[in-house]
Amino acid sequence: MLQLENLSFQVADESDTRKEIIRNLNLTIDNHRFIVITGPNGGGKSTLAKLIMGIEKPTGGRILFNGQDITEMSITQRARCGISFAFQQPVRFKGIKVRDLITLSAGDNLSTAGACEYLSRVGLCARDYIGRDVDASLSGGELKRIEIATVLARNTPLSVFDEPEAGIDLWSFNSLIKVFEELHDADDRRSLIIISHQERILNIADEIVVISGGQVKAQGRRENILPELLQDTGSCRFYQEMQ
Amino acid sequence: MDAIQKELLKQVAGLHEIPAGAYNIRANGEAVARNTTAHIDIVAKTDKSGIDIVIKPGTKKESVHIPVVLSQSGLTEMVYNDFYIGDDCDVTIVAGCGIHNSGDQMSRHDGVHTFYVGKNAHVKYVEKHYGSGEGTGQRVMNPETVVELGENSFMELETVQIRGVDSTRRSTRATLADGAKIIVTEKLMTHGSQYAETSFDVDLNGDGSSANVISRAVARDDSRQLFLAKINGNNRCAGHSECDAIIMDNARISAIPEITANHLDAELIHEAAIGKIAGDQIVKLMTLGLTEAEAEAQIVNGFLK
Repeated sequence: MLQLENLSFQVADESDTRKEIIRNLNLTIDNHRFIVITGPNGGGKSTLAKLIMGIEKPTGGRILFNGQDITEMSITQRARCGISFAFQQPVRFKGIKVRDLITLSAGDNLSTAGACEYLSRVGLCARDYIGRDVDASLSGGELKRIEIATVLARNTPLSVFDEPEAGIDLWSFNSLIKVFEELHDADDRRSLIIISHQERILNIADEIVVISGGQVKAQGRRENILPELLQDTGSCRFYQEMQ
Repeated sequence: MDAIQKELLKQVAGLHEIPAGAYNIRANGEAVARNTTAHIDIVAKTDKSGIDIVIKPGTKKESVHIPVVLSQSGLTEMVYNDFYIGDDCDVTIVAGCGIHNSGDQMSRHDGVHTFYVGKNAHVKYVEKHYGSGEGTGQRVMNPETVVELGENSFMELETVQIRGVDSTRRSTRATLADGAKIIVTEKLMTHGSQYAETSFDVDLNGDGSSANVISRAVARDDSRQLFLAKINGNNRCAGHSECDAIIMDNARISAIPEITANHLDAELIHEAAIGKIAGDQIVKLMTLGLTEAEAEAQIVNGFLK
């Protein structure tokens, strides 16, 4: 479904020194996979997610989606090809309502009941939120759940979530996990890519990819990768502190 | 009225047919239709162009429509409308001006609306401006609104100008007595080489009076806007002005808020923010499948909604 071939992404710092965020990265993600990408901070995970959505353009390599080269495609084209994206830090708007955002995501004339359904799935009482502005009056956690609801409404073959668990402390973690499991189970071709540090999210993955220093350090089935991760002293302490 | 005038009427007053309640419809400098009710009288001025609208004390849930349409290129007019709103009224007044200019001469409507609002009255005043026509002649509107709010009265003033007006200077002045409250919301979009100037001048004279002036503006192409909001706190009062503006293309916007506290218990706040559309807002909407232009339109429409 998704192939990243020799993908590179460089940025120039203030002194015009090139820094490689992603280095000749190769990764293949098949249909109907539940992938969690993890790894240390600054390792390139979020950049990789943005490269997949087209928010950043690679400086080298190719991205293929269902066999089609999408490397030069815009964000809009990729969205229309069937990729959706949940931002780590969701955007606020002035004058756009929760209902507008969900309707735009669904891409058709969604009924109020339809829009409410997506909000309920992320644990928000639709009646209280549907008419609210997606602005600074919403807390970070509320905004995060609305962001996830927009991805549910898009109903695409590939969904990328950048640290979806951040900021949703009031919402039980089980609900979030249930959302991902339902999303995965609802369609036998759909794949999810989730950037996460959370052991409980790692625990429900089919496959775990460890990214560090802009490269894939490990990739494999959860039962093979997770014990290794938890044994690794640095990572182990980090993951356990997060709980 | 012809089809062009009817379209203008729809745009500025939301009218598809003759409205219920009192109305005075002015087209090309003349009154074309008028209706009064048991509680609302409309009388033509004899000394100058314009009307007096007299609303009896205690009038509730009634409306007055006084739209103006101009479709004759080159017409210039100056109109004075005075509103006498009795104590304890609860009324809605819909004004508005639409100019269709298909010629090469300037069409211009200037109007002074003066409101004398009685004690405990509640007035909602809506004014929409709209221009159309393919002519090279300018469409100009200069509205002046003067408000005297009596004790414990409340006025909501909504002004909307979204397209087609080449030049406008809008001036709103208000004085508030004890316990009076005014909320002004302005929605403005300029495009092409248009110019729009808005000035608010509010005197909070009464004990416990309050004013809230909120402007949402979008300037695109080569258009220019100037926003002036002046609030004087002359008693124990609360005043707030806010200019929130999006700038696009080569447009320019100036916002000059001014607050003056002449009383120890005057609480005054001003806020002004001007900036282009945030890039991450466009990116978010593009991830939902909108093109960059569609995303931009969605953000602007939402902002002015």
